[in-house]
Amino acid sequence: MTAVIDVEAALARMAEQLQPALKSHPLMIGIHTGGVWVAERLHHMLDLKEELGTLDISFYRDDFTRVGMNPQVRTSHLPVNVEDRHLILVDDVLHTGRTIRAALNEIFDYGRPASVLLACLVERGGRELPIEPQVVGERVKLGKNQHVKLSGPEKLELRIQEANG
Amino acid sequence: MNQGLQFDDAGRLRHLLTIEGLSRQTILEILDTAESFISVGEREIKKIPLLRGKTVVNLFFESSTRTRTTFEIAAKRLSADVINLNVSASSTSKGETLLDTIRNLEAMHTDLFVVRHAESGAAHLIARHVPSHVRIINAGDGRHAHPTQGLLDMFTIRRHKGEFGKLKVAIVGDIMHSRVARSQIQALKALGVAELRVVAPKTLLPMAVEKLGVRPCTRMEEGLDGVDVVMMLRLQRERMQGAHIPSEHEYFNLYGLTPAKLALAAKDAIVMHPGPMNRGLEIDSAVADGPQSVILPQVTYGIAVRMAVMALIMGGTPTSRDTGMRDSPSRAPVPVPRKKRQ
Repeated sequence: MTAVIDVEAALARMAEQLQPALKSHPLMIGIHTGGVWVAERLHHMLDLKEELGTLDISFYRDDFTRVGMNPQVRTSHLPVNVEDRHLILVDDVLHTGRTIRAALNEIFDYGRPASVLLACLVERGGRELPIEPQVVGERVKLGKNQHVKLSGPEKLELRIQEANG
Repeated sequence: MNQGLQFDDAGRLRHLLTIEGLSRQTILEILDTAESFISVGEREIKKIPLLRGKTVVNLFFESSTRTRTTFEIAAKRLSADVINLNVSASSTSKGETLLDTIRNLEAMHTDLFVVRHAESGAAHLIARHVPSHVRIINAGDGRHAHPTQGLLDMFTIRRHKGEFGKLKVAIVGDIMHSRVARSQIQALKALGVAELRVVAPKTLLPMAVEKLGVRPCTRMEEGLDGVDVVMMLRLQRERMQGAHIPSEHEYFNLYGLTPAKLALAAKDAIVMHPGPMNRGLEIDSAVADGPQSVILPQVTYGIAVRMAVMALIMGGTPTSRDTGMRDSPSRAPVPVPRKKRQ
């Protein structure tokens, strides 16, 4: 069974919710891979002048000793110093919160930001850490066997999939 | 030597002992991983938490400041705890065997040994005798292999020259005694380089070297003609006594890389050297410090490549606690202390 979520509508809601945050001239950072696609769209929609930052959190995962290295690590790239900056951290799907924990750790290895705002395209419940987003495109309730997956980057599509078995 | 030793049952790399037997895919995976570690060295905080809580022992039975230092920096950037042991100066002089040394360090819960030894096969021997959660990296064994040097050389070539399939490469110097040359040849063949030449006087070329799929050349004019990459080797001065070469002066005249000889290679050829260099013996300073030299970048890349190897072989490895220490003798029934038996 596959259900589709309207990505454009979700992005529009995010852009609207982000408006007040723009006053503090935030730096936007997307988390590889899906988070970068979402951030690229938001970056364009909000007409941000500063280059988008990207993070690959592979080096900060908490399951490294269990699953090992992903050889397809993309380079993290923060175009400017994060010290004392207001950040908008963007990811596609917020689930356990572990990715965000890893991303925050990585960001703090670059410097001490003034604040970090979390913006997610989809919030699906199932948190294992005390992490909540300030900006959400779409909230969905999913069962344990269901997954939500973003495909892209040309055309962003969100699908809810039933895991087999 | 046993190449199967390097892989676990699932075919993943668990030790790095030699490049022999590594597929093109595996080598490229290591190079790709290294690419992502380059950025760590360029950050303000040059540290990531991948190997936090792991213990790495640099076990050097043969001294090598540069190799040991780059392994140490690599492990520290991955947040491991690193201990450097120069064994030639300690326990072997007290009559302790290689395996005794290892067992003692193992009892201190070491997770990774980086081993440099003058005997070929030393790292293999150790890998055969450690419990399954312990990892070994060969940092040079006798004349046999120096796999991380070979890999960092491949990383350097790919960064500066791109696709291996289009490249002509010459390795120049003491091919016969060089573990670096052996690892380079295996890596370049696995990666499918267009043409590979080895250049040396006859006395420094191994017998039947062409069986490795390389073209032996005894003259620099022939060896360097049109090549894209010139890989120089260090000439061990101790070979001089072995009558392998007539004199330093004559060796430099015939095989020393001077600007004039480098002009035989492609215009944009790069020059590499594993260090430490003998200036004025195998390489002229004008070349070593010249615009085509990538000798210092090699050192920088060496750290990223060693981080990649450590991360790949240590990743997904359950800690000794997770495995219930099944392989570790320390979980076997505790033997009765001798005193009580009496």
